[in-house]
Amino acid sequence: MTTRRGLARPDDIYQALMAAQSGLSPEDAERFRARLILILADRLGDDAAVAEAIAAARQDLRRATGA
Amino acid sequence: MTEGFHYRTYAYARSADQDRARPAHHPVVVAGGGLVGLTMAVDLVQRGVKVVVLDDGDQVSVGSRSICVAQRTLEIFNRLGVGARCRAKGVTWNTGKVFRGDRLLYAFDLQPEGGQRNPAFVNLQQYYVEIYLIERLAELDPAALRWRNRVEGVIAREDHVEIGIVTPEGGYRVTCDWLIAADGVRSTVRGALGLPFPGEAFDDRFLITDIVMKSAFPPERWFWFDPPFHAGRSALLHKQPDDVWRIDLQLGPEARREEELREDRIVARLRAMLGPEVAFSIAWSSLYTFQCRRLKHFRHGRVIFVGDAAHTVSPFGARGGNGGVQDADNLGWKLAAVLAGEAPEALLGSYDIERGQAADENILNSKRATDFIAPKMPAMALFREAVLDLATEHAFARAFVNSGRLSVAAAYTDSPLSTADTEPWNAGPAPGAPAPDSPVTIDGRQGWLHDLMHDGTTILCGSRAQSCDGHLSVRVVREGDDVEDATGLVARRYGLDSTVAYLVRPDGHVAARFRDPTHGAVTAALARLHGRAAA
Ligand SMILES: Cc1cc2nc3c(=O)[nH]c(=O)nc-3n(C[C@H](O)[C@H](O)[C@H](O)COP(=O)(O)OP(=O)(O)OC[C@H]3O[C@@H](n4cnc5c(N)ncnc54)[C@H](O)[C@@H]3O)c2cc1C
Repeated sequence: MTTRRGLARPDDIYQALMAAQSGLSPEDAERFRARLILILADRLGDDAAVAEAIAAARQDLRRATGA
Repeated sequence: MTEGFHYRTYAYARSADQDRARPAHHPVVVAGGGLVGLTMAVDLVQRGVKVVVLDDGDQVSVGSRSICVAQRTLEIFNRLGVGARCRAKGVTWNTGKVFRGDRLLYAFDLQPEGGQRNPAFVNLQQYYVEIYLIERLAELDPAALRWRNRVEGVIAREDHVEIGIVTPEGGYRVTCDWLIAADGVRSTVRGALGLPFPGEAFDDRFLITDIVMKSAFPPERWFWFDPPFHAGRSALLHKQPDDVWRIDLQLGPEARREEELREDRIVARLRAMLGPEVAFSIAWSSLYTFQCRRLKHFRHGRVIFVGDAAHTVSPFGARGGNGGVQDADNLGWKLAAVLAGEAPEALLGSYDIERGQAADENILNSKRATDFIAPKMPAMALFREAVLDLATEHAFARAFVNSGRLSVAAAYTDSPLSTADTEPWNAGPAPGAPAPDSPVTIDGRQGWLHDLMHDGTTILCGSRAQSCDGHLSVRVVREGDDVEDATGLVARRYGLDSTVAYLVRPDGHVAARFRDPTHGAVTAALARLHGRAAA
């Protein structure tokens, strides 16, 4: 998958992602991530790009764990 | 359980076929006189085809079952002479509301545009629709329908079909050129041909109840996720004529039939929903699990499957009955043309392709809705909760909320009968899509465009479009001559200007469209429409 736009401050974004989940129970962390995925999909606003992202994530998991 | 509708039984009558030494032969036999078989029969008889309908029962649908009659079905029923009755008796609705807990998540309007003869839906009990079709059929051919005639055996031959029938007075046999299997989800004909019915069954059970209740609830579709009166599950409330209300309650996979159908149990559930004061009585209730299945092919030689016998869906989206009625609409003109020798048998192959595509779409939509309503795995439940939570504050998430995507007319995008556009169009129905109805002026009077398209193939064209006249058995509807587009809606809905022409099939779907058509182009499109495409 090709990166669309590089993020200006990847470290900040990564940190914000972690911060948002810190202190959450595993269940709440899952809930958080589900919401985030939906919001991000909407912000992308491009069905093909979202489908591509889903496929890329799934493929990477398969490569990493065989799942 | 006797409130509301009073069933009558239709009398069995001995037919002359039963006294013959050799089996009588009929051009078309329809197995099953339910919603779809009756629609099929009226369509064929109106097209001049002689039909025998065999039904194993002696009454109309027990319980309301299908209640949501879609706009496309109403259009087809208009053509079949029962549309006005359905509209007059049915409860009109265009609005749906979706609740989460006790909060309104959002409302949707299924018909934002005016200038329509038919609403997005009327709600009308299946037994009324069947009665109207039975009466219409009796008007056209009083002997067509044979009650308590059960199809038991079917032998499909190369050029005909043999049918074994059982009646209260014993068995008899007939043969036919074409057998239409409209015998419902447990189709005997499907079984007799040994055809598998692959698909998927859903675990959750649903209590479906019709109650009689005087209430000021509006005529809207109300759907709840996790309502306060039925925690953790879904519920649906929908108005029907005669003060009958449909209530669906999701019960989960563990629900036990014997327990859940006990009257006191049902009453307690309804009391929780409707409050302690409201007076109601139960007219019908049933416990359902849902399935989505289809035959791989709907045509098997001279046996053709329609309705639930061919495909079945869960009811979210009202796609079962409405889909079946479109099957009949699609098959009727083709079979009539083949029987009249006007088209080759190959035309029937397009029924399988077109309605197969529609069935896939209906199954996909109803499966998705069922999965959303009754999540099958933890990830589904997780995302559903996220969607429902987000939807209160974030408008975008409402688009993911799926309480059923309601039936609309199928567009036959892969049809072999369509002639592809040769230039870009930015308005109007593409080949395969249904040609929209529109208010028009006919001889100075207000009328509807569809009424001019009912009899067969039509060319709808602008005032200066060429090469439209003089084609055999084609009716020309020319703007300016035959109709006036006083409201401008025809121009808008079709992108119709003075040189445009639409070739419209007998079932009201577009076969081709042209700007400045040539005679050759129209002739080729007509040949393709009748299954005689140059390869
Ligand atoms: C709870 C519920 C709600 C629904 N809501 C909707 C809705 O809102 N909108 C919608 O469009 N659809 C809805 N449906 C689906 C709809 O009811 C069916 O899709 C529709 O009835 C299919 O019509 P049919 O004629 O193919 O089959 P059926 O209506 O089942 O008719 C089959 C007929 O064949 C007869 N028969 C069976 N075997 C034989 C035999 N061997 N010989 C002779 N006759 C035979 C039967 O007696 C019956 O009359 C709903 C269904 C259910 C259960």
